[in-house]
Amino acid sequence: MKAPTRWDAVCTVDDLVPESGIAVWTEDGPVAVFYLPHRLPALFAISHHDPISGANVLARGITGDLKGEPVVASPLYKQHFSLRTGRCLEDESVQVKRYPVLLDGGRVRLEVPCEQRQTSAA
Amino acid sequence: MSKKTLIVIGNGMVGHHFLEQFVASPAAEDFRVVVFGEEKQLAYDRVHLSEYFSGSSHADLAMGTADWYTENRIELRLNEAVTRIDREGRKVTTDRGDYAYDELVLATGSYPFVPPIEGREHPHCFVYRTLEDLDAIRASARDGKSGVVIGGGLLGLEAANALKSLGLQAHVVEFAPRLMPVQLDAEGGSLLRHKIEELGVQVHTDKATTAIVEGQDARLRMNFSDDSHLDTDLIVFSAGIRPQDTLARACGLEIGERGGIVIDDHCTTSDRHIHAIGECALWDQRIFGLVAPGYTMARTLSSVLNNDEEAVFTGADMSTKLKLLGVDVGAIGDAHGQAPGARSIRFNDEQAGHYRRMVISEDGKRLLGAILVGDNSHYDTLLQYALNEITLPGNPETLILPESQGGAPALGPDALPETASICSCHNVTKGDICGAIDAGCSDLASVKVETKASTGCGGCSALLKNVVDSELEKRGVEVSKDICEHFPYSRQDLFHLVKVNGIRTFRTLISQYGKGHGCDICKPTVASILATCWNEHILTTDHVPLQDTNDTFMANMQKNGTYSIVPRVPGGEITPDKLIVLGEVAREYDLYTKITGGQRVDLFGATLSQLPEIWEKLIAAGFETGHAYGKSLRTVKSCVGNTWCRYGVQDSVGMAIFLENRYKGLRAPHKIKMAVSGCTRECAEAQSKDIGVIATENGWNLYVCGNGGMRPRHADLFATDLSDDGLIRTIDRVLMLYVRTADRLQRTSVWMENLEGGLDYLKEVVLEDSLGMGAELEAHMADIVSTYQCEWKTAVEDPEKRKRFREFVNEPEKKDPVQQWTVERDQRRPVLESA
Repeated sequence: MKAPTRWDAVCTVDDLVPESGIAVWTEDGPVAVFYLPHRLPALFAISHHDPISGANVLARGITGDLKGEPVVASPLYKQHFSLRTGRCLEDESVQVKRYPVLLDGGRVRLEVPCEQRQTSAA
Repeated sequence: MSKKTLIVIGNGMVGHHFLEQFVASPAAEDFRVVVFGEEKQLAYDRVHLSEYFSGSSHADLAMGTADWYTENRIELRLNEAVTRIDREGRKVTTDRGDYAYDELVLATGSYPFVPPIEGREHPHCFVYRTLEDLDAIRASARDGKSGVVIGGGLLGLEAANALKSLGLQAHVVEFAPRLMPVQLDAEGGSLLRHKIEELGVQVHTDKATTAIVEGQDARLRMNFSDDSHLDTDLIVFSAGIRPQDTLARACGLEIGERGGIVIDDHCTTSDRHIHAIGECALWDQRIFGLVAPGYTMARTLSSVLNNDEEAVFTGADMSTKLKLLGVDVGAIGDAHGQAPGARSIRFNDEQAGHYRRMVISEDGKRLLGAILVGDNSHYDTLLQYALNEITLPGNPETLILPESQGGAPALGPDALPETASICSCHNVTKGDICGAIDAGCSDLASVKVETKASTGCGGCSALLKNVVDSELEKRGVEVSKDICEHFPYSRQDLFHLVKVNGIRTFRTLISQYGKGHGCDICKPTVASILATCWNEHILTTDHVPLQDTNDTFMANMQKNGTYSIVPRVPGGEITPDKLIVLGEVAREYDLYTKITGGQRVDLFGATLSQLPEIWEKLIAAGFETGHAYGKSLRTVKSCVGNTWCRYGVQDSVGMAIFLENRYKGLRAPHKIKMAVSGCTRECAEAQSKDIGVIATENGWNLYVCGNGGMRPRHADLFATDLSDDGLIRTIDRVLMLYVRTADRLQRTSVWMENLEGGLDYLKEVVLEDSLGMGAELEAHMADIVSTYQCEWKTAVEDPEKRKRFREFVNEPEKKDPVQQWTVERDQRRPVLESA
């Protein structure tokens, strides 16, 4: 059975940086949201936590594509993570969580797991 | 089994090369090695001795270091001359005792021949052999106006150049009717004479000196056999060398009629436990007065001592290529056509000052020798024809004709056999290079490291590059210069496209010249190029997503995601008030504080959101960004200079501050470091920097392309005694050329090493303006200097730019939970929970 989730509004479109990422704090921890205006879809969200370094930094990496796959390069040790799947291109055993993300009017919403108690973080 | 003892007498270039070979061989295990050197210093490079006058020190010229000897367990006994060899008892005697040997190597070299001319003992008469000789010449030159070199050979002309560089009117007196009589013929000699006289050196040939007496117009007078005379303040004898065979003679070893320790093909003397190599050794009635044959003997002997019976010395090629006083001179093989039936082809362009002569075999198929004066560009090809006995084309004259007159292009690397010697200093063949490539070397730099090719005199660098490129291509290794999958261009190509087409954004460049969306390789590269061309703020909307980790938040990211901050402290000079501000800011934000190697203060542990507030405080106190995060100028380190130091000869701090303020903010393919020392003691360690400046009594000496780090490299002396303006103009040009043409992440050292023609080429372009682009480079630099802005000042004043400095945009107060701290030595440091 799918765990309960909820679409949290985490920031507005003005907070986004074109071709780059920003970090937000969610109940599921830190999440990096990337805005790539020249792609469709233009929004991607993966965990902000870099599993290689252990620091919360992925939103601060350089975005791009490798053989067509949209990626971000970790700003610390430069491994590439797929923005679509969260998989590390250099080490298949490493994976970061990805989050569905959408634009709702001016708001950016992330689908995050929620606890039983229904609290609104938005 | 106890170890045997190997004693080496002589610590010159050849002796040192022998040790390098021997300690790396299996036999090194069986021997204790003891080396005696008569001079005080470690072995040094005598080939480049004259550079001692243009600023090189013993350390620059040294072949090895004391540490190297220690690491290889070689007992080095310098300043201890061997006085006797006891062959019966197998021991040598010095003034400090006796030392037993099992095997003895004589690498005693040679001494300068001083013809028996009356008055030659005068205190202002010198020879040109050791650093002590050079020190004495320099001291004598100080209150002299003119100097004479007796001997117009290779070393004599080197010595004349040295006298000229000491500011003397230099004369060369040669007994023979022409200069370099051994290597050149009459036409070649007369062209060389003409060129050297144009440079202000006076040449007197056909002159036999009969006596040296007190002078009238100068300290000394030389009387010649034709009753003429010449007054001069000092005399340098450079009339050839004689093998240093005194010890060998005294212990009864076989000696040649005209001197020299007789050796066989195994470099062994008439006593089978005594060996001789280098200029003291006589092989087949010949003494080899060049370094390459000495090195060959050294390698042969090392193999012999490893019981390799096939190791034989079979003579050596005495071809030479050099620049004498800036004039190209080359001589190959049988240059005088002494072989029976040999014929010559000559090309003589008096207008251009080029002379070329080929000596070909009777059947017209082989090149036996050649002479070149004025232009050595044909040397490599001709040498390969001669050494490898490649069949000459049907019309051999095309090899020396200019291309416009039907001359053949240079011999391609494919035409060379595997056995072709590419680097004669280190005996590297084309086959060795192919082997290194097959073993995994995939570029020029790694082939150089692996084979040592082109790390001796460097004369083969262009040929080596051609061979490496051609072999890589043959193996299907695309010698790809593409920076990444998005752009089929090198950094230099991209720079050109951006500049010529006036492209100002990454998006425009990739849509016109690339594909896809870019990556963490091409984006920062293009960001750097755009910054060099247009110098816009790196955090404008178009540029911000291109910046590398540290540039993008203008601070240095540390392992836990926090940042360190380095404000600029130009030249390392800081007022107490500013220092206090740094302390106060660090205390307020609990920043770990450390002094850097570049004479600045690094403040660690600031979070992303603290960066703008911290910078507001620093800017208010007068600080600017230090660009410690950028591939750009970092610091200009300085010593205190003549304002305080009793040895200083110039204001090194003032110059360092000026340079730092001039070049701050210049973005480059890699970081750039500089230093300025106020005197030759070099306290600022300028020779380990990309740009190093050392004060002289007359101005500044400029060193370029050094670095510390993983592969340290001493900077090369580039220009001497520059004025302030001359110094800045030269640095402008070097830096701008580097910024425009280097590959991404290429430090100046690797850039220069990869330039075809290396340092000499760089000098031609920068100092002689051979490409005619000097003014353009200076104008470009002036433009960058005039558009400088403190990136942090602009950023803190712009709310849009500040917006990015939020750790979590939806929770401004949230502290990053992985950033945990502990205290060590009274300061905060990170504890990183493992992932």
